[in-house]
Amino acid sequence: MKLDTLGTLAAHFALLSLFAIGGAMAVVPEMHRQAVDVSHWMTDRQFADLFAIGQAAPGPNIIVVTLIGYQAAGIPGALVATFAMCGPTCVITYYVSRTFDRFKHAHWRIVLQAGLVPVSVGLFAAGVFVIARAADRNLVAVAITLATAAVAYWTRFNPLWLFGLAGLLGYLGYV
Amino acid sequence: MTDLLADPPPAPANENAPAPPPSLSELFRAFFSMALHGFGGVLPWARRAIVDEKRWMTAQEFNEAFAVSQFLPGANVVNLAVIFGGRLHGAAGAAVALAGLLLPPMAIVLTLGALYGRYGDIDALQRVLGGVAAAAAGLIGAIVIKMAQPLLREGVPALAVAAAGFAAVGVMRWPLPYVLLVLVPLSIALSWWARR
Repeated sequence: MKLDTLGTLAAHFALLSLFAIGGAMAVVPEMHRQAVDVSHWMTDRQFADLFAIGQAAPGPNIIVVTLIGYQAAGIPGALVATFAMCGPTCVITYYVSRTFDRFKHAHWRIVLQAGLVPVSVGLFAAGVFVIARAADRNLVAVAITLATAAVAYWTRFNPLWLFGLAGLLGYLGYV
Repeated sequence: MTDLLADPPPAPANENAPAPPPSLSELFRAFFSMALHGFGGVLPWARRAIVDEKRWMTAQEFNEAFAVSQFLPGANVVNLAVIFGGRLHGAAGAAVALAGLLLPPMAIVLTLGALYGRYGDIDALQRVLGGVAAAAAGLIGAIVIKMAQPLLREGVPALAVAAAGFAAVGVMRWPLPYVLLVLVPLSIALSWWARR
């Protein structure tokens, strides 16, 4: 049973990592589908909670994968999921980046690179939308999301303060 | 050999001269520190450490390495660590940079995850997390707004591709591989057409 889960985690994240165009956020909708709808490792709400914990902790955003793996199958799950998400793409990056440097000014590379940008922006936005839908259960939560986005966009406020304030509003029962 | 590099000579006369390449242990410590500083994203800290403080790369070199790390599949900062570490010390450098970047956050989130598993059902904690989750969504929302701005200069086709990707994957929840199968060739063709 548990080995099954580890196998599913490994296969899911290894495959998914190859589609992570422009970063890990691109595959958040697929992670959500697998974790909540397909494998029932967690509820929609837990997914939003774990994503928030990953954001509140220091480190790269991809670390949410560690938490999903942990929720699904404990420490082994966390290690398997993180390794599956990073291993294959790191090997690809290691080898491709060395040859890729040679084509820095090649027309095909400029076309290819520019062509992927709109896709990655759209997918990142999709990831944000899926997270926001899971997190925003009422109008106050929507307002917190919008206000945080505005403050993070226009100021260089440390996000931890925003999280603290939002957590306080939640504690007081507004969310 | 790495020992020789571990103790760099006093600062060179020219402040803008690139610094000598870091040893494996310096590499590990640098990425370790970036990871622990990186609340809401590691990239700004990576740029600050690699370009501004340690002068291991020029701003131009950093931007080029980052463009490649974004282009290739996977998490950007993870790819950046592999590229930077690999360039300096081959596979060992890539592994060391990666370990520095991932091990501290993994230890932290596993601790938090265990606490969540144990106390996550407590009503007060659920309320707090409800607020934090809403803020976390907003934080990444701000990033996507910044990402989208350069697209405005690219024109309508690029914006249409981004909107289609958002709608297909985020709203319709269509499977990502199929969406990419259509959208990636289309977007590259449009990019080629715009630059022909």
